[in-house]
Amino acid sequence: MKISVIITLKKDVLDPQGKVIHQALDGMGFDDVNEVRQGKYFEVDTKETDPKKAKDKVEEMCKKLLANLVIENYKIIDAQ
Amino acid sequence: MKSAVITFPGSNCDRDMDVALKKFGFKNKMVWHQDIELPKSDLVVLPGGFSYGDYLRCGSMASKSKIMKSVINFANSGGMVMGICNGFQILVETGLVPGVLLRNKYLEFICRNVFVKINNKNNGYFKNIRNDILELHIAHNEGNYFCTNDQLKEIEDNAQVAINYCDPEGKIEEPFNPNGSIKNIAGIFNKEKNVLGMMPHPERMIDHSLSGEDGSHFFKNLINNLK
Repeated sequence: MKISVIITLKKDVLDPQGKVIHQALDGMGFDDVNEVRQGKYFEVDTKETDPKKAKDKVEEMCKKLLANLVIENYKIIDAQ
Repeated sequence: MKSAVITFPGSNCDRDMDVALKKFGFKNKMVWHQDIELPKSDLVVLPGGFSYGDYLRCGSMASKSKIMKSVINFANSGGMVMGICNGFQILVETGLVPGVLLRNKYLEFICRNVFVKINNKNNGYFKNIRNDILELHIAHNEGNYFCTNDQLKEIEDNAQVAINYCDPEGKIEEPFNPNGSIKNIAGIFNKEKNVLGMMPHPERMIDHSLSGEDGSHFFKNLINNLK
């Protein structure tokens, strides 16, 4: 079973890379962008076949390693 | 006094630290990250570098390596653990010291000397040191110290700020903040003050003909405090 997770920076955490990407987009003519925030995406392929159990395991992985909860949020977006 | 320096894959200041510790009288042992037990030590150092190629987040992979269980136990039982640069990043990832280190505010790798002011001398690291301000070297891409407002309050209430970036006279102001760290924080203690994480490298300032001697003052004082 494949579980997809996205990790994003929390709202009040400065994202200098997102800011620079925003500026670049602006320079390319995409001048209606309000803000860009950069994040991470993971696909975890697990032997677990029960979706609930698989999601719980990946949630634990997020808390223990994949995300740093001081600055990041995680969201499981897909399980199939 | 006995010390141990942990080497992770990608550490690159481990040998500099070994040289510095030995120069000021420590009997130092190098410890591989896959070892399980620490040798008997008065001080454990997590050195600078790019452990595990900075994969995922700086220090995150190293914080889960085998030896770290012993390092965490050692710290929790009152042992002195010092993390420099990448070592500081590893310490925040273990949770031994609060906060995180983000990408530098202006997205550049910074490699230069800075001045730091010692904020708290009531601990084993800075007790009795004559200097209030040290000139040390920094070399990092992720040294922008960040924590939540609640954490900041707790850190300040417990006097956990170890050093702040400042000018040569000790003024702690934004123009002397190289990387965007909250309140110019360059180093932080745990609550008990036996764990110290800091971005500047004292081991690079131990020879007046090569760099400067403010690192020497730090190490000389440290070994005297441990005796």
